[in-house]
Amino acid sequence: MTEDVGVSRGRLVLRRFRRRRIALFGLVAIVFLVLFAFLGPSLSKWNYSQKDYNAFLQPPSAQHWFGTTQIGADVYAQTLRGLQKSLVIGFLTAIISTGLAAIVGAAAGYYGGWTDRVLMWFVDLLLVLPSFLIIAILSPTFQGKTWLLFVVLLAGFSWMITARIVRGLTLSLKEREFVRAAEFMGVSSRTILFRHLLPNMSSILIIDATINVGGAILAETGLSYFGFGVQPPDVSLGTLIADGTKSALTYPWLFVFCGGLLILTVLAVSLVGDGLRDAVDPNSESSRL
Amino acid sequence: MVKFMARRFLNYLILVIVATSLGYLLAAVSLNPRSNFEGRNPAPPKSSVDAKLDALNLNDETPVLTRFKTWAGGVVHGDFGKSIDNQPVSSEMWRRMGVSLRLLLVGSVLGGFFGIALGTISAIKQYSAVDYGATLGSFVLLAIPVFLLAVLLKVAALNINKWAGTPIFYYTGEFTPGLQGSWWDHTWDRFQHFILPTLSLVLGQIAFYGLYQRNAMLDVLGSDFIRTAQAKGLRRRTAIIRHGLRLALIPMATFFAYEFGLLLTGATFTEKIFGWHGMGEWFIDSVTKNDVNAVATVTMFAAVLVLVAGMMADLAVAILDPRVRSS
Repeated sequence: MTEDVGVSRGRLVLRRFRRRRIALFGLVAIVFLVLFAFLGPSLSKWNYSQKDYNAFLQPPSAQHWFGTTQIGADVYAQTLRGLQKSLVIGFLTAIISTGLAAIVGAAAGYYGGWTDRVLMWFVDLLLVLPSFLIIAILSPTFQGKTWLLFVVLLAGFSWMITARIVRGLTLSLKEREFVRAAEFMGVSSRTILFRHLLPNMSSILIIDATINVGGAILAETGLSYFGFGVQPPDVSLGTLIADGTKSALTYPWLFVFCGGLLILTVLAVSLVGDGLRDAVDPNSESSRL
Repeated sequence: MVKFMARRFLNYLILVIVATSLGYLLAAVSLNPRSNFEGRNPAPPKSSVDAKLDALNLNDETPVLTRFKTWAGGVVHGDFGKSIDNQPVSSEMWRRMGVSLRLLLVGSVLGGFFGIALGTISAIKQYSAVDYGATLGSFVLLAIPVFLLAVLLKVAALNINKWAGTPIFYYTGEFTPGLQGSWWDHTWDRFQHFILPTLSLVLGQIAFYGLYQRNAMLDVLGSDFIRTAQAKGLRRRTAIIRHGLRLALIPMATFFAYEFGLLLTGATFTEKIFGWHGMGEWFIDSVTKNDVNAVATVTMFAAVLVLVAGMMADLAVAILDPRVRSS
């Protein structure tokens, strides 16, 4: 260890993170993707809902940077629109599901007894039912309604594994002196949960939220691919890929850009998550690159 | 040990029953089979629509719990009700189950085996070119969803076929319909159809298990007991395989139980994209057709498979870890 004495923990983590070039690459890629998704549309004169009736199924050109679709829509504008939606859904879902996991896991671990048993049984139940199946079954109920409902469902069925990790951490934290001291001072259990237990595992929660972004984007695009997720007129990378797949061989531009951006997004997020995990816990020796 | 497994089994059994019931109830509330019959032109009278729905136990005017009782009563006797096309669900299920099981079995066995092998090699040769390549490759593979990977494989196969001048890979269905020839021709034909769908599932599995196995193995390699084993005269290879690998496999068994649900989801895409008529394809088609009984049956199939995977994981942990057996 070459780190000097007296460096704050945040600075230490930052320094370790910076040392991982590949994680840094992931971070740069995410920043680039977010900027591209939200600022990119203004660079082109085409809107995602506009149709160019003089250009059906044209390959990429100076007019249409990513080409056009069967009905003359601009693929560049549509792809960026889809990327926006997938990114927003991914981040929102990850934040909600990690928050839920933190509360459920910490409550189960801290209260123990029947609370623990009931909550963990519920976790087991949701793990037996693949979330893809449940959300697909429920898809008719949110069709024609806001996509935020879809986010709530995605988050509602993706918090279980993180909750188990949080529960395990809580079990070991609650024996520590500072929690004991707070208990003896008569601090309410809810305050102990939110002020003492959860902040002490914030790094794990941040890492898990990052990793969950990738999972959420994959789940969203998978469901949207079959028409069970984002509904027209909204587009996401999943619906775009579904449309492009049929003509992937003959009109590759309908498929290459949305597919490539999806892979890049998920890859970047998982590299950052992995880099963060290594930076916070250098002993984990996880899949270091 | 037997008692431990029996208790786990009972726990899983209750979970499957609750999960299946939940699957049925959600499907019955969310899907709308009435629209299948009403949407015709000219619009049929309400009484005839009701009669058809009643015959299939799909009438949304019957209380959902009554419908569920009828369905569950049938399931206990092996009757899963009628599909929306008035066919018995169970015969369809038996036909499709084999297709999915073949895919899932090969997917998890090959994926688990090669993943563990890759992860172990990566860990032993940490920081080598092999390690970097395998780890980065795994990250990339995990970022590619099955439906994208399947298309990429199709494109690659098409180019290889074109280059070879003869079809080497097929990407629709399980076999060539109406193929004439010997037993060997049929087997070869099935194999040609088998490769791409299997790859679309197995590659992700290898990446997943590879990364976790690498982590688990790295934790183990640094531990004292490996050094002790070597100090007492074991060769490093024997020490790693006999003492290290065994310990590193324990967390993998737990991951197997979790990962199986995802594999099941992945298989749905594989079946749909490569035209294999399995349970996953059936599920997607049934949800779009508002076929409540079929959807509930697939949910039960999924829950039972996750149960079996969980039991196998428990058994593996008990075999690998003597502490679990004695407690």
